[in-house]
Amino acid sequence: MLRRGSTLILYTVPNHMTTLSDDQIIDGVLDRHDRDGLRLMQILREVQEQLTWLAPATLTRIAAGIGWPRAEVSGTAAFYSFFHTRPRGKYCVLWSDNITDRMLGNADLMDAMCKKLWLEPGRVSEDGLVSVNTTSCTGLCDQGPAILVNYRAIPRMTQAKLGEVVGMIRNQVPVAEWPAEWFAIEDNIRRKGLLLDHALTDGQALKAALERGAEAMLGEIKAGKLRGRGGAGFSTGLKWEACRNAPGTGENPAHYVVCNADEGEPGTFKDRVLLSSYADLVFEGMSIAGYVVGANKGLLYLRGEYRYLLDPLESALAARRSANLLGANILGKGFDFDIEIHLGAGAYVCGEESALIESLEGKPGRPRIRPPFPVTRGYRGQPTTVNNVETLASACLIAARGGAWYAAQGTDKSAGSKILSVSGDCERPGIYEYDYGVTVRQVLDDCGATDTQAVQVSGPSGICIASDEFGRRIGFEDLPTAGAFMVFDESRDMFEVARNFAHFFAHESCGFCTPCRVGTTLVRNMMDKIARGHGSPYDINELFKLHRLMQGASHCGLGNSASNPVFDTLNKFRPAYERRLKSLDYEPAFDLDAALSQARQMTGRDDAAAHLSNEETT
Amino acid sequence: MSMSFQLDGEDIAFTPGQTIMQAAKAAGVYIPHLCWHPDFPAHGSCKLCTVKLIGPHGGRFGSACTMEAQAGAMVENRTAELDDKRRTLLQMLFAEGNHFCPSCEKSGNCVLQATAYELKMMSPHFDMFYPDRPVDASHPDVLLDFNRCIMCSLCVTASREVDGKNVFGMGGRGLLGRKVHINSESGRLGDTDFAVTDRAAHICPVGVILPKRKGFAVPIGERQYDKAPISAQVKESA
Repeated sequence: MLRRGSTLILYTVPNHMTTLSDDQIIDGVLDRHDRDGLRLMQILREVQEQLTWLAPATLTRIAAGIGWPRAEVSGTAAFYSFFHTRPRGKYCVLWSDNITDRMLGNADLMDAMCKKLWLEPGRVSEDGLVSVNTTSCTGLCDQGPAILVNYRAIPRMTQAKLGEVVGMIRNQVPVAEWPAEWFAIEDNIRRKGLLLDHALTDGQALKAALERGAEAMLGEIKAGKLRGRGGAGFSTGLKWEACRNAPGTGENPAHYVVCNADEGEPGTFKDRVLLSSYADLVFEGMSIAGYVVGANKGLLYLRGEYRYLLDPLESALAARRSANLLGANILGKGFDFDIEIHLGAGAYVCGEESALIESLEGKPGRPRIRPPFPVTRGYRGQPTTVNNVETLASACLIAARGGAWYAAQGTDKSAGSKILSVSGDCERPGIYEYDYGVTVRQVLDDCGATDTQAVQVSGPSGICIASDEFGRRIGFEDLPTAGAFMVFDESRDMFEVARNFAHFFAHESCGFCTPCRVGTTLVRNMMDKIARGHGSPYDINELFKLHRLMQGASHCGLGNSASNPVFDTLNKFRPAYERRLKSLDYEPAFDLDAALSQARQMTGRDDAAAHLSNEETT
Repeated sequence: MSMSFQLDGEDIAFTPGQTIMQAAKAAGVYIPHLCWHPDFPAHGSCKLCTVKLIGPHGGRFGSACTMEAQAGAMVENRTAELDDKRRTLLQMLFAEGNHFCPSCEKSGNCVLQATAYELKMMSPHFDMFYPDRPVDASHPDVLLDFNRCIMCSLCVTASREVDGKNVFGMGGRGLLGRKVHINSESGRLGDTDFAVTDRAAHICPVGVILPKRKGFAVPIGERQYDKAPISAQVKESA
């Protein structure tokens, strides 16, 4: 089918492709990664960046190259949203679909883009030029609505910019030649605390740690009462100690440090800012962790949505190597350590530490059975400490200033500071750092939020709090958080907020265990049923029943918390649900009129006579 | 010296390192399960074996197939609360696939069906998903009908650990994506080195992997779980 305003498109072959065949490209990538199957994720990504998609023959060649069963290679490729095992448009546009993007109007914009391009969402255009779809939160909630075009991020989409983007696509301008200012990501740091105002020079914290000695450094971390910033709040000192004490095993005994930069929790974007403007602090924290646990290698697992950070981060690593802050005999103290960056490919579940390790090893991101925990059996089966970006950066403060000083900041059970990523209904969305113990109300005042109805703390898997709880405090003793702070004012429909999150979890469930795989879809379907006006009190009871099952029986934290947003909003914003319910005890899920939609589509009809209406209201 | 824990108030002896499931099985006590098989490492995906560990601060749920037995532990198994959860999990499995027992060759020998009878599941309860799962008849001796797959991965493990072939792999994500991947570029079983004599050809607890040309050799009514409930057969085999 021809598109309006365009003639039949004949592809021109880029110059670099004329010399290399697909097989040569694949072999080149395989060789660059030593044909190591554990590097499969990076191999798949790099091959796809050159061939646009992963064809069956491509996967066969990669499997043969790394000596893995083909079924495992295709199993990994099929797991990640950003790997394409079917032909992809030359331009792949993904709209971030967090609730904050929705509130900024992404649905209308995406609809307009599809209309301009004569496209259905999720379908590649007939000429193979473009596809438009949604994706889970891309971590640009403070500057949405955001899109990814061929996995490069563009914030602040508007109708005007949309027209220009469509023009670029129609004229087949390579993404690398699009205006650079479109891709500019702002930090939006609104409030600095002890971490963002650290005043450390590069190497200062690492030097202090090396002079102190590993054992003593561990003691300082414990004295500093540092706890994990990814949300769970496990003691960093105990984690490092367990990893340090666990022996490496097998032919290649080793210890590893992994920095979890798979910042996938919707509404969270503080790691984006730390890695954009504080990368040295993060790498230095990794080095200190490596020194303490006895590792010579660190891996930074960067979420695929942050692909644009890869090159600057590689440059930062190169600079640290030149300054002898990485590599052999660091600062002349006999400590060898280097860092490698692995890119994810669109899978929220990889934020779970054992799923992240599976992904680092080239496998689908399925959380492992625990115990054993990563500190004893992690990456390559060796003792591994997996820490959040912010945790590692904070370790630098303790190395430089001591545990006693750090423990005196914040509150008794929550030492130090926390970076919040504030988005939603407020005048100044962005990054706010506070000492632990700050009230929700204080944050709302600072970010310019008015008429606030609710705040989703720590993202969909966290907790939704209503206005009578704004006196509660950020900290492990009250409101633990990974950083997300999404603000909803009185105009917002909290049912739609919960429904957006239900869709998110159904999309992101890894599918391993029954309660999460089926439960997240059942919850999503029930929320959709209620949204269509076909819900009844029966469905509310079903949602509670599913919540009780998923919360206890799921394999990992994703399934255990996936129904939290529904549970919280049902308890705190019940009217948002009830005004949608029919005043019946039971309402069948089967909708005769909806069942006829295909017939209507086939006959091109959508008039009143083609609908069954009002029959149920007797 | 033998150690023991309590399962529904009954003392179960165990050796260190045994899981709750292994110890219960050895003692002839039935804990409902689908993806666990005594010959293979625990997979832990079906969650049918969810039990409740009673502690000083209330109960905690866990999978009996992955939790190691601890001396003196108090574990709940066949309580109304747990069987209710299991029934819901079964209903989830029936709703997400296409299970039609009356026409299934595995009926009577099917662990899913037998467990549903055991737990008195009377209906799938949820709206059926009716997924589109193609049948693979490409192999000369074996038929694959993924409509009945419950994602237990036993075929994956058996092919890898026993047959040394890796004919199957679990891949993809989520309800629609997760599925068994076949080890060939075409994705067809006929293009692999799979054989009807493989252990993996006889491990499926439901009716996905079926030998061809051998239907209903044992009449319905005389099959394994027609004779006695699945819970009673654990005791006999212990």
